[in-house]
Amino acid sequence: MTRITVTVNGAREETAVEAHESLLTTLRERLGLPGSKNACEQGECGSCSVLLDDVLVCACLVLAASVDGREVRTVESLADGSALDPVQRAFVETGAVQCGFCTPGLVVATHALLRENPEPSLAEIREALSGNLCRCTGYGQIVEAVQRAAKTMYLHGLDDE
Amino acid sequence: MTLAPPRPGARVKVRGVIGEPAPREDAVPKVKGEFQYASDLWREGMLHGATLRSPYPFARIRKVDVSAAAKLPGVRAVLTQDDVPGKKTYGLMDRDDQPVLADGYVRFVGEPVAVVAADTIEQARAATKAIVLEYEVLEPTFDPIAAIQPSAAKLHPKGNVLERVRILHGDPAAKADVVVEGEYEFAMQDQAALGPEAGLAIPREDGGVTLHVATQWLHEDLDQLAPCLGLPESKVRIVLSGVGGAFGAREDTSIQIHACLLALKTRRAVRMTYGREESFFGHVHRHPARLFYAHGATKKGELVFVRATIVLDGGAYASSSSAVVANAGSFAAGPYRVPNAVVDCVGARTNNPPTGAMRGFGAVQSCFAYEAQMDKLAKACGLDAVEIRMRNGLVEGDAIITSQPLVGSAPIAEIVRRCASLPLPETAAHRDQSELPGGHANVTRGEGVVRGVGYAVGFKNVCYSNGFDDFATARVRLFADAEGPLARVHTAAAEVGQGINTVQLQIARTELGIERVELETADTNVGSAGSSSASRQTWMTGHAVLQACREVRQELVRRAEREGLTLDRTDLADLLDRPIEKTVTYRHQDTEKRRPDGQSRGHVAFMFAAHRAVVDVDVETGLVKVVQVATAQDVGKAINPLGVIGQIEGGIAQGVGLAVMEELIVEKGRIRNASFTDYLIPTILDMPPVIADVIEHPHPDGPYGAKGVGEAPTISSTAAVVAAIRAATNRDLERVPVRPDDIVFGTSSRSGWRIAPGDDPRRAVRG
Repeated sequence: MTRITVTVNGAREETAVEAHESLLTTLRERLGLPGSKNACEQGECGSCSVLLDDVLVCACLVLAASVDGREVRTVESLADGSALDPVQRAFVETGAVQCGFCTPGLVVATHALLRENPEPSLAEIREALSGNLCRCTGYGQIVEAVQRAAKTMYLHGLDDE
Repeated sequence: MTLAPPRPGARVKVRGVIGEPAPREDAVPKVKGEFQYASDLWREGMLHGATLRSPYPFARIRKVDVSAAAKLPGVRAVLTQDDVPGKKTYGLMDRDDQPVLADGYVRFVGEPVAVVAADTIEQARAATKAIVLEYEVLEPTFDPIAAIQPSAAKLHPKGNVLERVRILHGDPAAKADVVVEGEYEFAMQDQAALGPEAGLAIPREDGGVTLHVATQWLHEDLDQLAPCLGLPESKVRIVLSGVGGAFGAREDTSIQIHACLLALKTRRAVRMTYGREESFFGHVHRHPARLFYAHGATKKGELVFVRATIVLDGGAYASSSSAVVANAGSFAAGPYRVPNAVVDCVGARTNNPPTGAMRGFGAVQSCFAYEAQMDKLAKACGLDAVEIRMRNGLVEGDAIITSQPLVGSAPIAEIVRRCASLPLPETAAHRDQSELPGGHANVTRGEGVVRGVGYAVGFKNVCYSNGFDDFATARVRLFADAEGPLARVHTAAAEVGQGINTVQLQIARTELGIERVELETADTNVGSAGSSSASRQTWMTGHAVLQACREVRQELVRRAEREGLTLDRTDLADLLDRPIEKTVTYRHQDTEKRRPDGQSRGHVAFMFAAHRAVVDVDVETGLVKVVQVATAQDVGKAINPLGVIGQIEGGIAQGVGLAVMEELIVEKGRIRNASFTDYLIPTILDMPPVIADVIEHPHPDGPYGAKGVGEAPTISSTAAVVAAIRAATNRDLERVPVRPDDIVFGTSSRSGWRIAPGDDPRRAVRG
């Protein structure tokens, strides 16, 4: 086991991890953060998308031991208590959620996109989310959600984060 | 039964009633990552379960030795067939031909042989590898047509024919001016729900067990589970956990029995979660099929006869093959007026992975073939794809080939016409590289890109058919707390992502005229709701909730009258000094059992959709880009329009996937692409925009006129996409999914079996 110190959603966490353990396992099984999902665990589906030092990654492809001293943000950090952030709200309102297993990953990936590119074109949205599989929606309402979130965030300014 | 329209006159406008686009009740926890799925279940001190699976498609087990495995660190239990305390086999709807753990034989690659519980998942997996097994490898059978020949080796004591349906309608020897024939191949599709199979079994003080699990059908799980555990049903409670998609794959049990056996043995909570690879081996898939068709028509293109022989590969165990075969047969001629038909449809047992329910089960396979045939016929008669379908489409009162008349549906011709009149996409004046078939991976400049347009229409039954006792129970409790009246609705309907929970809430709000309605967790403490399959929950559980609410409402009326009050002018809380609780079990009208000639009123109702696909095909590389899918679908009544659009677009995505990319490749019984790297499902880049015309032609027996929604989008969208590729390439394309080499080289996919359409496939000849 290796001991690591990592800042997760703003809080400093110390934990022991196995040498072969993924960040996804650490989040889900050790830190009580199961919001990042375990659909494929080989980087194909994007359900475990998190921000590692503000860069979008699949937590299943990151070795837990390698995040020592770094900062991780997961889907659990996005809402402010009961108040949803604009991306989450847009996903709820447009029907972009069905079974929802892909949703946390898509919400995080949308955040990463809109921070880089507040007014993405349709092609840019599709490109940015092409690493996130959804089996329920056919993606139409997801595209709508991203467009709606972009509009809201444009109108109200980006969250001060 | 005819239902009165929802009662008007509520004093305050109630939000979230039927017909309103209603956001899901679970969407907020889902977007926050707080919704608990079965694979998120966790309990202090729980053990982890793992499964040892067969490496062979067919073998006799000579010896099992678990002693070394049992001694490994952290291992708490190692179980084989000898440790199953009750019934040793299980199966859907009393078919029970599948061993809980291998019973001396293994019949497919991936069949569970032993299960282990250990302190950590790594320890459990290590222990499965330490189990010593000696196999005597037997000669497997992979070809379903070979498996059902009289000379074939018997793969199971119950034989190799899982089901056979024969339909004789009109004159079997009818002759026609124009005849077209074809043999079609349908490969194996996977449901590929993102949530893995998972559950947590917790032993109880009284010797029973509580199982939290992702399933589609709580009570059918219970019926299979309790006898195998050797427990009365009263000692087994099953609770629906968060379900990450289902699409049919969770109709059969996966971890259910194993997790409970381990929990009962160790007296500890046991969690089992499959990884993605194991998931592909641990659930049933869609039946592959071979379909032999002949269509006859007048010179004007009016259908005279349809003859079809269909063989579906059921794999090693029955699962829901019986219903799949019945559907493939019943719907083999499509939603058309066909005066004469002969259909012979057989489900075969092989040593391939077991197949069972997947969205549209049975109807999808035959639709691919009959719609290809309709296009061939159109060509032969000089008609276009829309004309031939409008000319032959059913109208109310017409019968399908089982002699059952159509009730409560928009005419097929209208559905087709409305689909065809939706706007076409602009012709691509190429073009950004990303818009070429294959996207940036396409190294041409689009010189070989040809556009094609194709149509297809499909239909299927809603609810269970052929005499099945199909029912759903709802308990509704209305009471008042400090904030006023509150209703709680309790059913066992499995919310798997499709939206039945929101539908239940909308119906209760509509009927009770109050906004505060909550759902109890679905479990087996209330009567069965049946399965979340066959597009039936809105109809079945919807009806049960509706009727229970009406009974509650009647009691309110009685109480108001006793007080000399008028209900509509009274604060409901004043009438709720004690709660009102009503439990209703709804049954749809009886359906007839199948007769030997297949002629019967076996179905409750039908749903219909038409699809038009536009594709760009690079004929040099064989790459396809689906540019647009348009659809018109008769949903009866859109209870939740937001959910209906989600079902339509999502169902089309699975149809598009099947048309051009989704195939479980099975070689010598082994799945070769058990990962999302190799089993491709559509990404956001693969999915075209969908334009949907939602038709609301009410069914007299559906709740508010609603029909099922979920399966129709998947049935004919595949056929439409393949038709569009044919239009672009002039290839026959008699196989799905269409592969690049099928497009470039026109590869034939004939089976090598000679079967005259309509003949018994158990008497097939090679060559």
